[in-house]
Amino acid sequence: MSIDTHAADAPRHSAGPPPLDPGERRKQARQVRRGRLDMKASPYLYVAPFFVLFAVFGFFPLLYTGWVSMRDWGLIKGDQGFVGLQNFQAVLTDANFWNAMYNTAGIFVVATVPQLLLALMLANWLNRKLRFRTALRMGILLPNITSVAAVGIVFGFIFADRYGLANWILQSLSLDPISWRGSRFASWTAIAFMVDWRWTGYNALIYLAAMQAIPRDLYESASLDGASPTRQFWQLTVPLIQPTILFTVIISTIGGMQLFTEPLMFNYGAAGSGSGLENFQTIAMYIYYTTFEGNFKYGLGSAMSWLLFLLIIGFALINFLMVRRSLKGSK
Amino acid sequence: MSVPRRRLRGIAAAALAAGMVFSAAACSASDGDSGGEGGKTVVLQYFGSPGFDAAVAAFQTANPDIKVEAQNMGELKDFTPKLNQWLATGQGAGDVVMLEEGTLLGYLETPDKWTNLLDLGAASLEADFLPYKWANGFTADKSKLVGLGTDIGGLAMCYRTDLFEKAGLPTERDEVSKLWPTWEEYAATGKKFKESPAVKDVAFIDTATAVMQPYIMQNSQTWFYDTSNNYIVEQNPIVKEAWDFGLQMAADGLTGKLQRWQPDWNAAFANAAFATVPCPAWMTGSIAERAGDAGKGKWDIATIPGGSGNWGGSYLAIPEQSKNKDAAYKLLTYLTGKDGELSSYKEKGNMPSNVKALDDPAFASSTNEYFSNAPTGEIFGASAKSLKPIYLGPKHQGIWENHFETEMRNAEQGKKTSDEAWAKAVADGKKLAEG
Repeated sequence: MSIDTHAADAPRHSAGPPPLDPGERRKQARQVRRGRLDMKASPYLYVAPFFVLFAVFGFFPLLYTGWVSMRDWGLIKGDQGFVGLQNFQAVLTDANFWNAMYNTAGIFVVATVPQLLLALMLANWLNRKLRFRTALRMGILLPNITSVAAVGIVFGFIFADRYGLANWILQSLSLDPISWRGSRFASWTAIAFMVDWRWTGYNALIYLAAMQAIPRDLYESASLDGASPTRQFWQLTVPLIQPTILFTVIISTIGGMQLFTEPLMFNYGAAGSGSGLENFQTIAMYIYYTTFEGNFKYGLGSAMSWLLFLLIIGFALINFLMVRRSLKGSK
Repeated sequence: MSVPRRRLRGIAAAALAAGMVFSAAACSASDGDSGGEGGKTVVLQYFGSPGFDAAVAAFQTANPDIKVEAQNMGELKDFTPKLNQWLATGQGAGDVVMLEEGTLLGYLETPDKWTNLLDLGAASLEADFLPYKWANGFTADKSKLVGLGTDIGGLAMCYRTDLFEKAGLPTERDEVSKLWPTWEEYAATGKKFKESPAVKDVAFIDTATAVMQPYIMQNSQTWFYDTSNNYIVEQNPIVKEAWDFGLQMAADGLTGKLQRWQPDWNAAFANAAFATVPCPAWMTGSIAERAGDAGKGKWDIATIPGGSGNWGGSYLAIPEQSKNKDAAYKLLTYLTGKDGELSSYKEKGNMPSNVKALDDPAFASSTNEYFSNAPTGEIFGASAKSLKPIYLGPKHQGIWENHFETEMRNAEQGKKTSDEAWAKAVADGKKLAEG
């Protein structure tokens, strides 16, 4: 095939000053072609690994799950045929599903709002001139790199009902001990503690990076105009890092909707049993339980996963619009 | 200069692409290869602590041509989802796998996933096993024997002599056994125990849910299912009776309202927070571990109210996908044979289901030093042999652990009324059973 194209290219190259022998000319033409191909194709090749991996581990499972969600499929008994939207109907009328949804949304609110506010404060504080600044900045990321299962186990001990550290402290302050798994709000708070322990530092670092991109002279002129540090923070810093805040809100939404390990460890590793579980069983736990522990209902689990996927997209969009509007307003 | 660099880049990209293809291929190549040299590697997958270590080593010495690879799969709840996926996909499961009695019947519903042990010559072993243990290893039509029994959980009542003494109750094990021939007398003893101000912060039993298993097994042949696998819990009066009995004990302030296997329960042992706990043979090790050196000699073992009982116990089976069935069968029959089961009794206190092992002096006259040298072999053996078989049904374990035990504890802890909890347990259990 290369001989044909070479013949077509030949007249163009014969115009060049040094007469080349056919072998040399062929070599040069090949190099030019290769160079052109390199310019056009290489960039795609470089980004390909992500897209190939995403296609294999992200997009294909997504489509496959969609297909499975319309079938009656038990993990052991196998595929029992097409059932249309029956699985979705079963999920939407399942009180436990909505209970899990309610818990997921609740824990998300209880965890995320203080987490992002705290991260903003932390970032603002780390943005000042401090002793051991680098050590402090590194330090707030430490919780994030510890194993979530280890965090879960430790917090499980802290929030144990009878011999736990949290209740011991409450009792030594002569307050009543709290049944951490016994009420919705107590369990949500305990789980929010675990989530925030892990993610506040991470978000603070992202905010810090954004804050450092703000030109210093803006703050100088603000100080000259007599703006207090608090006012500078709310009217200068926050609006200027708006895109970053938006980013963290969306990422937290996605993470919050998929919350799994923390509540699982809070329940000592069980996704579908344990007293008080219905107070804090999240949707990801319920999906895991339905698919892998209870009845091994592959189809039903897939339908739930798809609903969760759609909900996450919906939530992220709402978040996006809300945060964008409110930040615009504050400008 | 620029050409080689570009070429290098091209090579790098090609190498990256190739690497991805290879790594993807490597994933699929690595499993399903348990055959080894000439099909002589046998993979054994178990959960919990069955105490197979010494037995596997002994088997290895006796059969140098078979290589045993023992894989500890963690707890039952970690192992179950994995095993199900391996069975579904037809690869990944070991050659010999351990199945818990509460989940066994679920696996028996798909007999084609399992090797018929009768084809490998197991028929001659019938006399070796306790009748109910042998019978439960069969599929519904009795044509296929899927599993042979490893351990059983003969039941007794473990109690703390120091707390009994403080409360003014007898402490000697035969006298204690005489206090509670029935559950009603057990509860009455509890009330007497609680009358003593010396033990006012101590519960009589760890949790109300602990009475369910022995109570139902002693009084009924079925639990959640009838023998045709219909969900009949509402028609089985014994279950509600046991439920009400347990919650009445809770209402009388006799129960510790604890959840088993969780940190609070573990800590309660160290804090001597309850005086009695119904204990299957395999739990004696767990108690010693949790109560620690401080509890040594303070515990003793009496008979269980009602006299008989079983709690837990497992089977070994060979998945149909195994490529080494003969070698696997050899290992399976060794582990469930007299020597294998005695070895795991010695190692972890797991009680044999093999009659030859039960009758062997190594079990029958064994005592437990931690529990004031109680004659464990005699006590647990008597409870196991007098046990009437009970039919559990395919999803027994899930219905019990996820719904009934959970809801009963909700009621015990006052999070719900008994009626609310019962209604939810019945409804959720039905969904699981019929789903």
